[in-house]
Amino acid sequence: MDSGFIIEKFLLVAVIFGISLLIAMYSTYAERKVAAYLQDRLGPDRAGPFGILQPLADGVKMFMKEEIIPTTSNRWLFVVGPGLALLCACIGTAVIPWGSPMVIGDKVVPLQVSDINVGVLYIFGVVSLGVYGVMIGGWASNNKYSLLSAIRAASQNISYEIAMGLSIIALLLITNTLSLKEIVDQQHGWRWNVLYQPLGFIIFMVCSFAETNRAPFDLPECETELIGGYHTEYSSMKLGFYLFAEYINMFVSSAVMAALYFGGYNYPGMDSMAEILGPTWAPLFGTGIFFLKIFAFIFFFMWVRWTIPRFRYDQLMNLGWKGLIPLAIANIIVTGIVIAVIEKF
Amino acid sequence: MESLSNKKKVLEQKPLNLAERLYLPAIGKGMAITFSHLFKKTATVRYPEVEREFSTNFRGMHSLKRDEQGRERCTACGLCALSCPAEAITMIAAERKNEEKHLYREEKYAATYEINMLRCIFCGLCEEACPKEAIYLDGPIVPADYLRKDFIYGKDKLVEAPLEMKK
Repeated sequence: MDSGFIIEKFLLVAVIFGISLLIAMYSTYAERKVAAYLQDRLGPDRAGPFGILQPLADGVKMFMKEEIIPTTSNRWLFVVGPGLALLCACIGTAVIPWGSPMVIGDKVVPLQVSDINVGVLYIFGVVSLGVYGVMIGGWASNNKYSLLSAIRAASQNISYEIAMGLSIIALLLITNTLSLKEIVDQQHGWRWNVLYQPLGFIIFMVCSFAETNRAPFDLPECETELIGGYHTEYSSMKLGFYLFAEYINMFVSSAVMAALYFGGYNYPGMDSMAEILGPTWAPLFGTGIFFLKIFAFIFFFMWVRWTIPRFRYDQLMNLGWKGLIPLAIANIIVTGIVIAVIEKF
Repeated sequence: MESLSNKKKVLEQKPLNLAERLYLPAIGKGMAITFSHLFKKTATVRYPEVEREFSTNFRGMHSLKRDEQGRERCTACGLCALSCPAEAITMIAAERKNEEKHLYREEKYAATYEINMLRCIFCGLCEEACPKEAIYLDGPIVPADYLRKDFIYGKDKLVEAPLEMKK
């Protein structure tokens, strides 16, 4: 391992970290704008042109707020909770392939922090860890609303992880690999997995809404029943961390969906584009396409949030256990049979 | 019992059919509706820059009028203060000097005239009570401020600009 490798990886990590924070910041702005336009309003437009500085103003506000730690809370866990939520949200970006390897001079730079051969499993592990931030924060607050919300978050995430895992198994039957890089490379040009696994994609998408605690599955922060849910007792930047974590989660799951089902950095006509742009710029163009897909998904997340009302708790559990899990199992069986038939003949 | 108006409609509660239980068709419909709103005209008025057009009988900030020669019409008779249900108006009368004939129309005028905008309910009774047509509530919305004392508007804010300044 030479120092060039370390510098290269460090730079890549810094860039990806910066981009995910930036996207999380501007997701808050985009969310408010999208909400406004879907409701025939204008949204924030005072800070800077078109309100473009609004996230900065919000950030400053968050920092200036008084920091309150309830005396009856478990102080250590109360502080750890938001940090853990943000950390778990951020480390998911490590295995996502952002672009095909880039050639700079005579060096080949992979646009992926680490191509581990169990990338999909890693993503699952990180996503499952994500609920700990919510659980710990909710429990440490020593507030019954927070505790109820933490319990809801835990049960919801566990229920939907099963359906999510099952929907992925059907995809893995096709791809024969757990490495995200290989999965993306298999979808060269137009051969996106969503065309082979439409049902699996819908199940995966619904589950990722639940995993990121977004509407219509945002029961853990259901204001009408639980005040603020797990972040009822949080103020200042700790609250900011939770909100940030939600948006980074949204970004990561959009990236995972785009990579697994929508071809990642692949796009139709990419071979002729690669000849035109050369080996240095073509991968970057692919990365741009990837980000476009991610933004489309983020917009979709917001669009859904401002359309669909929240599910009731029993509806959530019914949908998860009686709807999505049987569907996902049926999807595996059908996919398996089709693959067996194709291989046989 | 038979309904007298025949307007009663009995709703039957049917169990959800498959499409309804799947949620997806209904969700698709809802998403289409919200998406169509993305292209509709926004109803927002960017207030300080753009003002909504008021109706003709809108009552806003008061203004003390001048006559056609630019003299203040108010004679400090106090009828507006008397008619004011919120007791927002006070004034001190003074006698007009000879050299002030071009400033005030009658021999008596209001040396100070104050309206407390926090008390005022914009009912327009002062306007109705005034025998000299000196006060009208034809101004804009009274702006916000930080201190209570700044809401007591004196003659500096209430009296109309002189004629030559208007031009």
